Amino acid sequence: MAARNKGFRVPSEILTLIGLLVLWQAVVSIFHVRDYLVPGVNVVVDEIVNHPQFYFAETIYTLSNTLAAFAIAVIFGVGLAAAIVYSRFLDKTLYAVLIALNNVPKVALAPLFVIWLGTGSASKIAMGVMISIFAIVIDAVLGLRSLTPDMIDLGRSMRGSGFKMLFKLRLPNALPSIIAGMKVAMSLSLVGSIVGEFVAAQNGLGFVILSAQGVFDTNRVFAAILLLALTGTALFYAMEYLERLLIPWHESQRNRSATPVVVMPSPSA
Amino acid sequence: MTLAAAAKNEDRPSTPDRPSAIEIDALGKVYQSSGSLITALRSVTLGVRRGEFVSLLGPSGCGKTTLLRIVANLEAPTSGRVRLSGRGLDGLGFVFQRDVLLNWRNIIDNVLLPIEFKGKKRKAYRDRARELLVTFGLEGFEDKRPWELSGGMRQRAAICRALIDDPELLLMDEPFGALDALTRDELNVELQDLWQRSNKTAMFVTHSITEAVFLSDRVAVISDKPGRIVELMEVDFPRPRSLDIREEAKFAAYSRHLRDVLERHGAFRKR
Repeated sequence: MAARNKGFRVPSEILTLIGLLVLWQAVVSIFHVRDYLVPGVNVVVDEIVNHPQFYFAETIYTLSNTLAAFAIAVIFGVGLAAAIVYSRFLDKTLYAVLIALNNVPKVALAPLFVIWLGTGSASKIAMGVMISIFAIVIDAVLGLRSLTPDMIDLGRSMRGSGFKMLFKLRLPNALPSIIAGMKVAMSLSLVGSIVGEFVAAQNGLGFVILSAQGVFDTNRVFAAILLLALTGTALFYAMEYLERLLIPWHESQRNRSATPVVVMPSPSA
Repeated sequence: MTLAAAAKNEDRPSTPDRPSAIEIDALGKVYQSSGSLITALRSVTLGVRRGEFVSLLGPSGCGKTTLLRIVANLEAPTSGRVRLSGRGLDGLGFVFQRDVLLNWRNIIDNVLLPIEFKGKKRKAYRDRARELLVTFGLEGFEDKRPWELSGGMRQRAAICRALIDDPELLLMDEPFGALDALTRDELNVELQDLWQRSNKTAMFVTHSITEAVFLSDRVAVISDKPGRIVELMEVDFPRPRSLDIREEAKFAAYSRHLRDVLERHGAFRKR
């Protein structure tokens, strides 16, 4: 969509967020809500600005665990899905086991990972993988199975190997499904690493929330939650960007502008 | 080999006893459908000579597509066999009813897909792909995505894809069935020109009498349930043919004859 108006453009999502923050501050000010219940935006921002290194380090810790969990889940998830699609035996056994496992509340497994992997990053990453991998496997299996009879005929008429069939037809055709699974898995990886930190940790935003709650440091709890929200949002938009990059050809991506924008009147107008 | 070179190499003997390209021998196909057996094809025997254009004409669901698919080894016959000469199945290009262009590839990459499938060097075929696209009026659309093209252009691209590896046999399954009448006429002429210049053997499935007569050296009429060849008609018009021949009395006579055969075998509903 060509910009006809030369005004300054602000993504509508950012405007919405600013509006929410204003509303938050207004409610706190008008009703004189006490700081230890709900601190004002200014208090929370002050808290972060006054301890930049602390919050930066904790955010990076949680973020890196999340990204590691996500990467492992994608690699193993797509691999498992391919194995399930290509093997009747694995379809009957592994897929059934995965479905059954998926119905166990995975949060309940977090203490086990601490016993097995300790209180460091490994148990957080394991938790993230555990929670997010199912979304990828299930969507990837669906995608890999959705090759149309027409495409199968096309592949067979070209007499390529099964390898070509997988990499030139089946996998690209499954990409929209796999990315849909990845978007869900990205959020779930973050949930997983926070759950891991809640159970036992010395670092991370989840740990900050838990330890601050213990001493009724509401400002710190809110600061960590705000950073988590920002991290989650950034990860979500990173996935949206990846989607546009990888499947610009998909129906969902065609004729799509970068982000919906609100056009502000230009100062000169 | 470039198209121009192919045209130069052309030496199509006019005698009918050319070596055969496809030999279909007592082919039968029986399907099992919800407990009952359906005979799709019964003892179909047909020889297609090298460089010949043969149409399979018949009502919907008569098994003509099944026959083509068995020739292309996309389905196995229940009885009988098919023999292909030359490069065999490797020298075969298939044009499907739906174009089956891949949305994640642009047009030239779609055309080059068979080259990648066969593990050949893409680079060596880029010029040929361009040449084919030019031949079919798709110049300048190399980098477009399939959804940006009209139905006729998409099917043209699908034909280019079938031709990229210079096949000896071109099998087409109602390739123009979904197109409007004008586009269809246009593509009939383009296909004829290309076939004539490139010395290919063509098998063409259609339910259009006009299309069959216009394009073919011979038309095989296939009857419904069970599918078998009930008539094999030579079409004697000089090449290249222009769309005008459709107004000639001889063309009308051919069409009339095919319609009679179809009618006799119950292709049309009684009124």
